[in-house]
Amino acid sequence: MGQMHTRMKLASLGALAALAAIVAPVGAAAQDAAAPATTATQAGAVDGAQTAPGAEALPGNLTPAEAAATDTQGEAAYTPMAPTKGKGMPTSFEDDPVKSLGFQDQYSNIGDYARWMHDSILLPVITAISLLVLGLLLFVVVRFNRRANPVASKTTHNTMIEVVWTIVPVIVLVVIAVPSITLLARQYETAPADAVTIKATGYQWYWSYTYPDNGEIEVVSNMLDHDEALKRGEPAQLAVDNRMVVPAGVPLRIQTTATDVIHAFAVPSLWFKMDAVPGRLNEKQLTIKEPGVYYGQCSELCGARHAYMPIVVEALPPAQFAEWVKEQGGTMPGEAEAPAPAADAAPEQVALLTAR
Amino acid sequence: MATTAEGFDVHSDHGHDAHDHADHKPGFFARWFMSTNHKDIGTMYLIFAIIAGIVGGAISGIMRVELAEPGIQYLTWWAQFMGGGNDLNTALHMWNVFITAHGLIMVFFMVMPAMIGGFGNWFVPLMIGAPDMAFPRMNNVSFWLTVAGFFSLLFSMFVPGGSDPGAGTGWTVYAPLSTSGSVGPAVDFAIFSLHLAGAGSILGATNFITTIFNMRAPGMTLHKMPLFVWSVPVPAFLLLLALPVLAAAITMLLTDRNFGTTFFNPAGGGDPVLYQHLFWFFGHPEVYIMILPGFGMISQIVATFSRKPVFGYLGMAYAMVAIGVVGFIVWAHHMYTTGLDVNTKMYFTAATMVIAVPTGVKIFSWIATMWGGSLEFKSPMVWSLGFIFLFTVGGVTGVVLANGGIDDNLHDTYYVVAHFHYVLSMGAVFSMFAGFYYWFPKMSGRMHSELLSHLHFWTFFIGVNVIFFPQHFLGMQGMPRRYPDYAEAFHFWHQVSTYGYYIMAGSMLFFFVNILYALAAGKKAPANPWGEGATTLEWTLPSPPPYHQFETLPVITDANDYHDHRPVTA
Repeated sequence: MGQMHTRMKLASLGALAALAAIVAPVGAAAQDAAAPATTATQAGAVDGAQTAPGAEALPGNLTPAEAAATDTQGEAAYTPMAPTKGKGMPTSFEDDPVKSLGFQDQYSNIGDYARWMHDSILLPVITAISLLVLGLLLFVVVRFNRRANPVASKTTHNTMIEVVWTIVPVIVLVVIAVPSITLLARQYETAPADAVTIKATGYQWYWSYTYPDNGEIEVVSNMLDHDEALKRGEPAQLAVDNRMVVPAGVPLRIQTTATDVIHAFAVPSLWFKMDAVPGRLNEKQLTIKEPGVYYGQCSELCGARHAYMPIVVEALPPAQFAEWVKEQGGTMPGEAEAPAPAADAAPEQVALLTAR
Repeated sequence: MATTAEGFDVHSDHGHDAHDHADHKPGFFARWFMSTNHKDIGTMYLIFAIIAGIVGGAISGIMRVELAEPGIQYLTWWAQFMGGGNDLNTALHMWNVFITAHGLIMVFFMVMPAMIGGFGNWFVPLMIGAPDMAFPRMNNVSFWLTVAGFFSLLFSMFVPGGSDPGAGTGWTVYAPLSTSGSVGPAVDFAIFSLHLAGAGSILGATNFITTIFNMRAPGMTLHKMPLFVWSVPVPAFLLLLALPVLAAAITMLLTDRNFGTTFFNPAGGGDPVLYQHLFWFFGHPEVYIMILPGFGMISQIVATFSRKPVFGYLGMAYAMVAIGVVGFIVWAHHMYTTGLDVNTKMYFTAATMVIAVPTGVKIFSWIATMWGGSLEFKSPMVWSLGFIFLFTVGGVTGVVLANGGIDDNLHDTYYVVAHFHYVLSMGAVFSMFAGFYYWFPKMSGRMHSELLSHLHFWTFFIGVNVIFFPQHFLGMQGMPRRYPDYAEAFHFWHQVSTYGYYIMAGSMLFFFVNILYALAAGKKAPANPWGEGATTLEWTLPSPPPYHQFETLPVITDANDYHDHRPVTA
């Protein structure tokens, strides 16, 4: 990968570093090669995402810049949205010291509620408990050290206080449990029947996104190397070549599965994380509040390149999403040539685990 | 007369004439390789744990140095050093080997051997007034099985685990990454290492349970046992019940890997998530196994240096039992994102939070023990005070993570890493250092330097907090676990964390210098160096205790309460 040799900083291991640098691009190439060609019927749909119609022969991992260059005539053609700094991505200490201490800003309804629960209930409660214990310890150290209190008392029991410090934590926990259970219930509300379904499949080491309601189009998503990501104005190690494009403001039905080992589909700014388990189809609803680019990363150890299979969700206004679908060669539900129904989306799945 | 209080007094300060028999030691090989002496085996466990801790700590150093900067710095070199290729994938695999080895070593070969094998072996028989463990030869087998397990794990790092050497599955060894995802014998050796260490632990647990139930001195009822002695059988029962489940799970991994079964392979009707259920049914009790003996040690130390009996003794004892019981019914909180049913998640959220109640009882009871006491800040006491505060911090972040809905964002991030290092790297490890400084004079017969111990405490306290507190921030910002490389935005706090490691590593010099100083030039330790607060039976023996103690059993009379076991003088 590009960043490997540009960032080799260990002078004392210069020789080895140089060796690694020579080999590193091979690794990158191997990763690209690992991504399978998309299924024959959809090859055009996927690879053509950023190319002029009929340019299926072009290599799959074409950069959007190049794609845009070749696509001079297409007025309405999709171009990847530029990310907004600090939105949908982690914030560095240098950019905003306060923001770097807490959760990313949330762009889903669940995220708002969950973050409120953490910031307004959990964080104050745990801070207060920690400070209470610290305060008691300091008081004891000052008040009851040997000089201040040479003769120890022999107190060993006080039923009243023991009952109090059992009951009070129970009450605190109940106060926490009520919103916690509410949060869980909201997260697991079933998506409405007309929700847009996206199936994320984890592979070693990339993601593919299938749209069973939109003509089974499939997007294969590989990490961009360090230099390429920076060139496109995206955060390195988080950017991908082909994004998971979804409509904003409407309910989504996210399904995850995997083919080789367990991966996890996670986007921190959408408060969304769900394992992608071989042989299972996990499902959860998600509504993204506004258009934007939201970065995430694989969050279950899946082998060597675990750190190199990021997730990028691009939420577009529904109309633009429909255009994007057409450009991929897909269809919107209800259109005349709408092909396979969603039920046939994953015939290979062994288990369907749908939480209520 | 043989079972009276005077009877065991012969071994204390004045009883030199009785030492000839009691101190007869076998030759070197027979003493250390065929040992049946609980104190020798305890010593070997402690030395073994220190060595394993150095290895595991060095691996975490490699990881922290790598993480100081984004990008891959040193892994390629390490991959070659370990006998792999010099390509990037090997380097990245090497990272997974390091995280796996660090976790397994620290859990199975550092904390458990030190806590139960080391301090448990040394002080359970002494504190209950027994001459030795119930099954001395089995005790020896337990130790050497653990050593064999450690070598199996180390060996796994040098044999192929796929194209590259080592098992890169994480300490949880999740299928299918550990089955179809890792060809080559490395994972088999890692699994076998768990079998060996697990067998050793099951034998050890049997030994402790038998010893404590059958070999207490006359009059030492269960409700008069020191809390450290309470804190050993509870995890021993957990081990006895949980380890067979782990053994079954990893044996199924082995057969899935080598004999074509499909327990965890969906293609044959198996289920990868089933493995996680089995693993965490063991894994969650395991975290209490690691911390409960620490609770016991802190109780002894706080009482000793407050010159006050433990507050709420029965509550303290049964809080540990409650933690052990509830520890068995919360395992799936490690699996909130696997696709659990919503009702299941609600149950595990509620059950997990319940653990905060007995834990709170313990924290408050320690403070109440000090309340009204006459506190002396010797080295074991400062480590205990550090433990109480840092364990509280780790505990409250556990309450945050207990919430299934909140965990959806924090699962598998550095917030979790920070949480479990606060309860282990600061909880368990602080209690181990507290226990070490508390009992080192007893075990070695030499006094350590209080100055060096205090320096060790303060630098270690600062170091681990600088390492792990910023990891809460990283986790909330979304930094995933088990990543050798990260986005630029995470750089600052990772760098701070690495500086913390340097401080912590430097502070360990005080520890090692202190041990060497004490062994070479330390003052001779009296039978009881800690004054009138030290009232359990081990302090009635000389330091170090005779090779065989309590040949005539001490008697705990009605005049002795749960706190004071010293012979009652008229």
